Amino acid sequence: MRQRLGRLGLNLVAALIALIVAGAITSIVLSITHHSPWSTYKDMWTFGTSGDNIAVAINAATTYYLSAIAVAIGFRMNLFNIGVDGQYQLAALLAAAVGGAVSLPTGIHQILIIVVAMLVGSLWAGLVGVLKVTRGVSEVISSIMLNFVATAIIAFLLQPGKLAHLYGQNLTTRPIGSSGQVGGLSLIHNSQTKVYGLVFLAIAVGIGFQFLISRTRFGFDLRATGRSATAAQASGVNVKRMVVVAMLLSGAIAGLVNMPVLLGEAHNYSLNTPSGIGFTGIAIALLGRNNPVGIAFAALLWGFLDTSSNILQFSNVPTSVVAITEGVILFSAVIAYELVRRYALKRQMRTVGRDLGTATAPTTMEVTA
Amino acid sequence: MTDVPAVVLKGITKRYPGVVANYDINITVGRGTVHAIVGENGAGKSTLMKTLYGMHKPDEGNIEIDGVPMQFSGPADAIKAGIGMVHQHFMLADNLTVLENIVLGAEPTRGGLLLDKRTARRRITEISDAYGLGLHPDALVEELGVGVRQRVEICKVLYRGAKILILDEPTAVLVPQEVDELFGNLRELKSEGLTVLFISHKLDEVLSVSDEITVIRRGTTVGTVDPKATTARGLAEMMVGSELPVPELRESTVTDVPQLSVSGLTVLSADGRPVVEGVSFTIHQGEIVGIGGVEGNGQAELVEAILGLRPVSAGTVKLGEQDITGWHTRKRREAGIGFIPEDRHRQGLLLEAPLWENRILGHQTEAPNARGPFLDIAAAKHDTERIVEQYDVRTPGIDVPAASLSGGNQQKLIVGREMSGAPSVLIASHPTRGVDVGAQSAIWDHLRAARAQGLAVLLISADLDELIGMSDTLQVILRGRFVAEVDPKTVTPVELGAAMTGATESEGGTDVEAKP
Repeated sequence: MRQRLGRLGLNLVAALIALIVAGAITSIVLSITHHSPWSTYKDMWTFGTSGDNIAVAINAATTYYLSAIAVAIGFRMNLFNIGVDGQYQLAALLAAAVGGAVSLPTGIHQILIIVVAMLVGSLWAGLVGVLKVTRGVSEVISSIMLNFVATAIIAFLLQPGKLAHLYGQNLTTRPIGSSGQVGGLSLIHNSQTKVYGLVFLAIAVGIGFQFLISRTRFGFDLRATGRSATAAQASGVNVKRMVVVAMLLSGAIAGLVNMPVLLGEAHNYSLNTPSGIGFTGIAIALLGRNNPVGIAFAALLWGFLDTSSNILQFSNVPTSVVAITEGVILFSAVIAYELVRRYALKRQMRTVGRDLGTATAPTTMEVTA
Repeated sequence: MTDVPAVVLKGITKRYPGVVANYDINITVGRGTVHAIVGENGAGKSTLMKTLYGMHKPDEGNIEIDGVPMQFSGPADAIKAGIGMVHQHFMLADNLTVLENIVLGAEPTRGGLLLDKRTARRRITEISDAYGLGLHPDALVEELGVGVRQRVEICKVLYRGAKILILDEPTAVLVPQEVDELFGNLRELKSEGLTVLFISHKLDEVLSVSDEITVIRRGTTVGTVDPKATTARGLAEMMVGSELPVPELRESTVTDVPQLSVSGLTVLSADGRPVVEGVSFTIHQGEIVGIGGVEGNGQAELVEAILGLRPVSAGTVKLGEQDITGWHTRKRREAGIGFIPEDRHRQGLLLEAPLWENRILGHQTEAPNARGPFLDIAAAKHDTERIVEQYDVRTPGIDVPAASLSGGNQQKLIVGREMSGAPSVLIASHPTRGVDVGAQSAIWDHLRAARAQGLAVLLISADLDELIGMSDTLQVILRGRFVAEVDPKTVTPVELGAAMTGATESEGGTDVEAKP
């Protein structure tokens, strides 16, 4: 127990170091470009912590969180699902189209939309798994290629006469009726902006993920496969089936990424539907160490940085400064975590050696030669 | 001048995850000598040589080269200090010539750009002539035999100015005539004032070629001896220590109830070649069936086929009365097949996971680890405590990662785990490989006890004494076929060794009956 706390502490220190390094490098970049780091940070803090912007940040974090969990499921078994981006967009489009086309009682309507999204995401990701186990295609290659395929399919379907209508300059699907919407919550004091109702879906997904991974046989098999596919196979895990199942699961969660926005705010899929959240999810999963709680903090940090960066354009600081910060945080966090991991393992071995006294010291024997 | 030894290793200690580390190693190697380092597999020879070659830093101790203390932070430093290593597995590019292979990475250039082949050729010819290596610089490596390739490797390190050569098990890949040639080369090197460190566990070779022999056991040096004043037997005793437990079975517990029956089993490799061919045998309750064979003759594939890790192309596997040929691995393991893998890091453990998670591995679906689809973590932890206690796993707790235990303790954990599910069949591949003597004896005790309870054991081992001592029935496998059945009560290791290489006829032993 003492060891585990020590390890958790080390990870926190690593994350903290990453933040400090990122702050330092961002300050240097700001100074070089003749901006005051201090006043920039102060502006961001003041702006970012105002009631409305906290709600905006939480809303952004909600989608980031779902995306990162989808990525983390893959990571936990050594699968790199770069395809979350394509999976969630395709899922969002088809779910929006179905949701806009039907009228059902409240409750069933929302569930139908969410189930469709999960199914589409799941199938799109499942393709990657099937390709990997039947043809040996690396999931990195196929999932990134399927992102492009998804983009093309969306461009094809999002046309007048197919799934979309033209509204001004925008192409949108038919809006989802009020029976299929999920209202926002006034969680933040002094805020006009409401927090997405589906923030609770994200929390439930996090809890479910943690439970699945740490408490179920399935989760054990998944983790074992991630740590050593050969050992998992010898222990009776059907590794191939596991790859497909993990991709299906990852894709199902990826399908949820756009749901808070779709059901809570946009009510349709359009050209304005955000893209790229699948890639942000990779960064957040790495920063959060594939742990649901760690990912929650990382997602909130990202949401906060993205939101508060909006103030920068008023002081003529390019908002891409925040992109630099985010990149450096990620970069230094990954390095720091790896260092911590090695250090912890080494320390552990030393502790074991010390606790056992002469672990490596063999008994001396008389030699007659 | 000649009084300064070429290499002095003082108090070298290296702690390393999961394997026998080095502890307080002391070796002095005189210049212009062939110094052999012998020890059992896993005694720590390779770890030591990696330290000397700068591949990792020792935790304690000093290295002196020609009397100068050294700190290597990588092989480049060691090469600079005049140390060269010839690896057991050659590192040559087949499609290049001897010359190109030798200069690769240390190319002499003209004007910094063009490869100066003339200089290279001259120097290689000089080296080859000086040490009698007999190399043709322009020959293609892919056309060369193993012995010549090894000489190319030796030339490669000499070309880089090595004065001290480390040869890691150089004879493992050679046929006897090539060994003689190699030893001729080594004597040549020695007479030119070079120093050779020669790692081996083949005692006769070591005695014939070296000037001094250092014996390593369980990670530490137990002594340095003069080959003229010792015998292979004396060396063997030093290598294993006098406390070596004897593997033996007392009264027979073999019943006539077949527990595992394999018949006509054929397994194909990826390219369609049979690696196991028409193998049949039966293990009864309370019986240990040993399989002897030189490694790579189909033992691993046979084991994997029995466990369902590898597809079977013909034949059947029966557990008790049930045909399990088409079963998935998990179902077989649930049905009571325990497995001690030959490579515990690859197939037996999750190194970075705590001990209690490793207790669950392979028994995910069984009590006490699971309740329905959920893990019962408390029960799994409790049972891990029991294994640690009963099987004497030396660990400060069950929350430490498996990687932090020594190899012997990892193995005891695996044995304890596999014995826990009340298995009816145990597949034990090299169950005592790389473990210390105490753990070895304990593992044998557990096997004997389980056998008395009616366990059917398939034992595969490279340790002939273990095979002979622990088997009720002993089969010899050669190129994927069972070629002989020998009686473990009367066969000697020499006879068994001969049968394993297919030389049964010349031995003419009455115990070894060759199958048609």
